[in-house]
Amino acid sequence: MSETLGDLALEVRSKNAGPFWTTLELFMRDEAGYAVAADEDLLNEDVIARLYGAPVDQIRFFRIPALNVVKISFPRVVPQGGFRDRDVHSGQHHVPLAALTPTAAGARNGADG
Amino acid sequence: MRVRPKEYQVNDTAVRILVPSGMLGAGFPPHTIERGIALGADAIAVDGGSTDSGPYYLGSATPKTARAQVEHDLRILLRAAADARIPLIVGSCGTSGTDAGVDWVADITRGVLAAEGLELTVATIYSEQRASSLVADLRAGAVHALPPAGALEAATLESCTHIVAMMGHEPIEAALRGGADVVLAGRATDTAVAAAVPLMRGMPAGPSWHAAKIVECGGQCTTDPRAGGVLATIDHGGFTIEPLDPATACTPTSVAAHMLYETADPFRMREPAGTIDVTEATYRALDDRVVRVEGSRFEPAPQYTVKLEGARISGYETMSFTAIRDPHIVANIEDWAALLHRILGEWVSRTLRLEPDEYAVDIRLYGHNAVLQDRDPATVPAREVGVMLLVHAGDQATATAIAKVANPLMLHLPTADMDYLPSTAFPFSPAETERGAAYEFVLNHVVDTDDPTAPFRTEYRKATADV
Repeated sequence: MSETLGDLALEVRSKNAGPFWTTLELFMRDEAGYAVAADEDLLNEDVIARLYGAPVDQIRFFRIPALNVVKISFPRVVPQGGFRDRDVHSGQHHVPLAALTPTAAGARNGADG
Repeated sequence: MRVRPKEYQVNDTAVRILVPSGMLGAGFPPHTIERGIALGADAIAVDGGSTDSGPYYLGSATPKTARAQVEHDLRILLRAAADARIPLIVGSCGTSGTDAGVDWVADITRGVLAAEGLELTVATIYSEQRASSLVADLRAGAVHALPPAGALEAATLESCTHIVAMMGHEPIEAALRGGADVVLAGRATDTAVAAAVPLMRGMPAGPSWHAAKIVECGGQCTTDPRAGGVLATIDHGGFTIEPLDPATACTPTSVAAHMLYETADPFRMREPAGTIDVTEATYRALDDRVVRVEGSRFEPAPQYTVKLEGARISGYETMSFTAIRDPHIVANIEDWAALLHRILGEWVSRTLRLEPDEYAVDIRLYGHNAVLQDRDPATVPAREVGVMLLVHAGDQATATAIAKVANPLMLHLPTADMDYLPSTAFPFSPAETERGAAYEFVLNHVVDTDDPTAPFRTEYRKATADV
């Protein structure tokens, strides 16, 4: 059974960063988990664009080894609280990211199981 | 009225800021305030609002919190501030910082001061902006878009029901020097309320602003955000931070992690006067619950700017909701919803004679994929599905009429292969709920100003004298 990024993390969360941006954070358990999440082959602008429909050139990545955190910000697809916004606080947008299965990267970094 | 100005020393070695919670009205254990005062707090600062709950609160100029919640917190904080003879600063009053929000908190404050017999001077700082004045700024080239916003039209400014500017620390500092014991500010940056006193008493900008960002959400930077707020001590070399509840801890990780919270960029944050830069900041445990932060910087900007927030009415909404448990319809729920959408369009065209561009309908399948829609990674079968119909139109009557046209469909629509009419599970009578005006944020811009206090208006009132 492959572990997801959510399984490897202490917490995966999402939130507004003001009315026009969503931000996602992966708080990994340890350096091995961080190495998986920070792997640019696994997680990059193209992957986030595919998962969230965000414009690839406006996606911002922050890889923070001191905290074992990867943070990703992108413009909201629908402005906060507008007619078609179904998540006013961006509180549930972490799920597609947490569901990613880093099988290949996990094996390479010896972080599986 | 005449208020005596106050002298503030600038030769302090340290300034302590007590932040009771992340938002006025959120509540806190009273003993945490006593502890913060005992630890030598020089000021109490608390945020009163945010845009985080959407455009409604700014657009309608109404608060998110109940009056009793705000009154409860103010009663404890005003008494503590009066007893300790330290200032109380509230930012973004009334959730969105509109003039009505400031007046609302001021009225509650007046009631508490009278009931408690406290004589304090209250300054109210108003942050609402006139569209006509901003149109002049726009024409003069002084308004700039922030990503992802585009260029601004004058008509957009004129369409807003309310526009506020986010003040920095300067109007708050001016109100304190002007003699205020209590400062009730309109829209302010989350950090300005906590940075004002350290800055006016000579603490360096880097630690003052960085500490203010860390404490803006109260206990969020501790290991137990439910236990109450924090005390930040800013000095000439950095700052230390500790929870007000002795059983809770700040750790280097809990403090550093708060820089991530609700920010697009966790290392650099723009304030009206410049940018907080924490790229080189270090976080060190002094013991098992106090953290020391050093290396924070503040880069002054070449041009002082204030950020604008504006909301306008986008239309009116009516909501209808039913629920489906029938396994056959649930198994074909997307087809069913598409059929509902198509037939509704035909009926609205025939009965109400509305073109598709005169209204909008959003059908949300809760329990199936309503939240993330096609971005949802899971496709587990649902047991029951809630069907929300949200209608948006130019006026309330039209929105409700469309929802009423939808009602027999929502109640009895079969899937294409059913040869009988099902009845779904409506939870309410009447089926339609009018949501009133719907609002949208339309500004994500800054405006240049050379005088940080000029866009804001301050009034002073001595409590009890005029109650």
